[in-house]
Amino acid sequence: MAGYIGTSQSRIDGVKKVTGAAKYAAEFNAPGLAYGSIVASTIAKGRIVHIDTSGAKRVPSVIDVITHQNRPSMADNDKAYKDDVAPLGSPFRPLYDNRVMFNGQPIALVVAETSEVARDAASRIRVEYTEEPHVTNLFQQLDATISVPQPTNPSEAVFTPPSARGTPEQALASAAVRHEGTYYVPIENHNAMELFTATAVYEPGGKLTVYNKTQGVQNVQRYVCGVFGMKPEDVRVLSPFMGGGFGSGLRPNFEVVLAVQAALALRRPVRVVLTRPQMYALGYRPAMLQRIAIGANSGGTLDAITHDVITVTSQNETFFRQETGWSALLYKSANATYAHRLARLDRPTSSDQRAPGAATAVYALECAMDELAVALKIDPLDLRMRCYSDRDQIRDRPYSSKALRECYAQGAAAFGWDKRNPAPRSMRDDGDLVGWGMATGVWDATQMPITVRIALSAIGHAEVACATSDIGTGTYTIMAQVAADSLGIPLENVSIKLGDSALPPSPVEGGSWIAASVSNGIATTAAAIRENLLQIAKTMPNTPLANVGPDDVALAGGDLVSRLDATRAVAIVDVMQHGGIDRIAQEKTTSPVQDEDRAHNTHSATFAEVKVDEQLGVIRVARVVSAVAAGRILNTKTAASQILGSVVWGIGMALQEETLIDHRFGRVMNANIAEYHVPVNADVYDIKVIFVDEPDDSNPLGVKGLGEIGLVGVAAAIANAVYHATGKRVRDLPITLDKVIGVA
Amino acid sequence: MINFQYVQATDVADAVRQTDGDPRARFVAGGTNLIDLMKMEVEQPTRVIDITRLPLRQVEPTPSGGLRIGALVPNTDLAYHPLVEERYPVLSSAIMAGASQQLRNMASTGGNLLQRTRCAYFYDVATPCNKRTPGTGCSAIEGLNRGHAILGTSQACIAVHPSDMCVAMMMLDATVHVTGPTGDRVVPFADFHRLPGDAPQRDTNLNPGEIITAVELPPKGFASHHTYLKIRDRLSYAFALVAIAAGLDLDGDTIKEGRFALGGIAHKPWRDPKAEAVLRGQPANAATFTRAADVLLRDARGYKYNTFKIDLARRCIVRALGQAARATPQSQSHKKIA
Repeated sequence: MAGYIGTSQSRIDGVKKVTGAAKYAAEFNAPGLAYGSIVASTIAKGRIVHIDTSGAKRVPSVIDVITHQNRPSMADNDKAYKDDVAPLGSPFRPLYDNRVMFNGQPIALVVAETSEVARDAASRIRVEYTEEPHVTNLFQQLDATISVPQPTNPSEAVFTPPSARGTPEQALASAAVRHEGTYYVPIENHNAMELFTATAVYEPGGKLTVYNKTQGVQNVQRYVCGVFGMKPEDVRVLSPFMGGGFGSGLRPNFEVVLAVQAALALRRPVRVVLTRPQMYALGYRPAMLQRIAIGANSGGTLDAITHDVITVTSQNETFFRQETGWSALLYKSANATYAHRLARLDRPTSSDQRAPGAATAVYALECAMDELAVALKIDPLDLRMRCYSDRDQIRDRPYSSKALRECYAQGAAAFGWDKRNPAPRSMRDDGDLVGWGMATGVWDATQMPITVRIALSAIGHAEVACATSDIGTGTYTIMAQVAADSLGIPLENVSIKLGDSALPPSPVEGGSWIAASVSNGIATTAAAIRENLLQIAKTMPNTPLANVGPDDVALAGGDLVSRLDATRAVAIVDVMQHGGIDRIAQEKTTSPVQDEDRAHNTHSATFAEVKVDEQLGVIRVARVVSAVAAGRILNTKTAASQILGSVVWGIGMALQEETLIDHRFGRVMNANIAEYHVPVNADVYDIKVIFVDEPDDSNPLGVKGLGEIGLVGVAAAIANAVYHATGKRVRDLPITLDKVIGVA
Repeated sequence: MINFQYVQATDVADAVRQTDGDPRARFVAGGTNLIDLMKMEVEQPTRVIDITRLPLRQVEPTPSGGLRIGALVPNTDLAYHPLVEERYPVLSSAIMAGASQQLRNMASTGGNLLQRTRCAYFYDVATPCNKRTPGTGCSAIEGLNRGHAILGTSQACIAVHPSDMCVAMMMLDATVHVTGPTGDRVVPFADFHRLPGDAPQRDTNLNPGEIITAVELPPKGFASHHTYLKIRDRLSYAFALVAIAAGLDLDGDTIKEGRFALGGIAHKPWRDPKAEAVLRGQPANAATFTRAADVLLRDARGYKYNTFKIDLARRCIVRALGQAARATPQSQSHKKIA
């Protein structure tokens, strides 16, 4: 089984995307389609006293205005609103009652014959509120934080802080060299290109087909069924293409509720597309305020780590991840303690955003390690090597594979790290200060249960079906590559069906787990097809495969062939003809092998060069080398694109990104992508991606996934480079030029 | 959104006539700002007069050796016009420092002068703003004011003018040609935009019904010693924290005449004759430039989040005048600061 896996393949859906043939949720039409426009709250907390919809209803072509007062029946219990990945607490219920829980909350939906009329009419709705005091500022809640809840089951335990080990306070007190620092990452919004959209098509008889931007069609299907008391067979959710998710589409968002409410109320198809400002009323990366202390002995190995974090969530739900799990995992230290507290804000519930927990907490850890290296007067990379651990430091177990050393070595060589002058402000280029920084990244290699159906035709075409999503990462393409190799057919003979709740079950696409899950799922189902063919082949007259076992045959070039003796082969078309069939279909569920005795992670080393104008503080990220260990790389092209995108994201996280809230109003004031800065082309210079070899036997294909690892550590590498360039340590992101101006 | 009447004007007189004295009538050319503001419900015109058919697309030398730029000349065409590149390179540079290629392709010269502030409160109808709704208060003074003004502010408004092109035109002593119900007039650039005072809703001194027909540049273009330096939070597609257009007329190392105008720090492109007087007859060096910067910034006042701009502006002035003196103008494509 080799051929396409591990090669550079352009996206099989690339032509569709660039020609517009790939349809997104807002592009599916239905006869009689109506358009919904959302009216959002302008206060952060309180009650709606009165909604005057008369002005909207007077606009010609307005069909209806849906509010909490006239919405269709919805469930009255929290359980019904809990999606597959909901955190603890009481999920937000759109248009449920008169309560306002955050600024920008949808409080009415105007439905009209055109989107323009809907939007015009929405602006004519007048709302009276009674306001209540609100808090949206983490720093005002520092005295009112709560600790994360104790886990009640193993699945919750993965999100609670690791247990303490040793005697960290004493170890810290007696450490030869100590570094303590407070680091801050602000709230960041996802800003995916595609706006969240739901097109809910009401079918005769009350069935619904919903085209929705989501990372989990079956999650949305179950959620809609729960909220509206519908049967699974009456709700089909499709999301064939997605213009970026990054975690914002893991949970069902409010647009799908509003579209379904309107479709059920009006018994006609309704589309709801969020505006860009409305996108800022969805989930977001929680701000993280963290205090980290590390103690080392004079030999440059760690004696103690303490890492305390505070993140933010809403009043109604308790969202958190194991923020300190990464600082606990990575470096050898006999003594360590971790804590995680939460600040409740009158905001939407925070959510997963690319490498949740790790991107923010490893940023702090890796800056702290850099500061410790300075205090120890040793090279930052050397410090990492001294503290390197071949065992998971939380559960003291080996890794299934960990090629981080190779990441360090190959990344450093490609970057030229050995030419670094350790003294801050010592390197210059044409008048600019030059800084070199590095950082480690770590993320999970997770596999989830998944079901894949494959139908192979006698002439060698395969249809591969699974309800997973391709959120833009290239899932279509890697699925086709694995199927082509597993079935021994050309790539162009494979068609992929995904993003449809009617297809075999898949978990939401997140956590970097889909590549490993679906690729091994395809291999399993392909093996079942092979076995099925073999059973038939054995019944053929004079079969050359009579005594060949199922593991000893392969599909190649349209034949079923013995792996031990290539002359023993039969054509698949003949096998099917003999069996009286023209296709074979199999559907199999693949679950990860239980392997709790080993840790499963991906790793990276990022090296960054910044150039800083000494007088004006303008920072340019001139060069980045990202070396990644993520098991077997299925497609070097789409994989490299994932890492390139991650590095660009990291540049934004380090230097630009921040959701700005005016706490007097509790309102996001840069709710658009002109004012919420992410990198533009001018901010991006040379980025080199290296994948190091990392054989891994955790799953048959050795795949780990890499949607998130590329981001972890990038902001720290850049922050450390800024320090090296300027001699100034900035511990709150983003590092805007006002924080380094005047270093001259 | 609001329903409005859309009409096309056939010539300048027709455009003026069609405003019909209605203060809520708006001209539309490129639409790169007006349409956004209408979507945000900030601008609620009763009538939108399409002036794109007016014959105002010429860039022509004037008899006195200057250049007359029609109000409908797109920003891109102006930036790449051979006469502008040759004689007024600081104007080309300033235009290229702004917005994106797509926006510059659409945006007109006259419309650029009439860009409205990017203050977040001005854009958000859910918040108080004196400029948008007089008398409601200024949310920025006690709010998120990192991008706001440090000079010429008032109790009513601390917003800044967002244009880059206007900063260069201010430095070049441009004039604005205007036609209105009572005839034509010529407005010096320095008198075109206003400080907020107690009427921040008025960005300019245009009277109701007046339309910009052209911007005229005098002969002096500082083509050999100039720069446009724009400092912002990312390397492209962001509004200025501080921007500066500078031009020097040198005799050896001695400054015969020096001019500089700043963007991003006030309600209008900011120029100060007293600061320029400091340069006259002095050696073109950092000490001279620093003295001039100190004069220009003598009344600068910071707010909670923008005090850094005072220091940044001082540094930008010194750096930009140095770039102009060395004849190494800032490139807008290569992002290293010259």
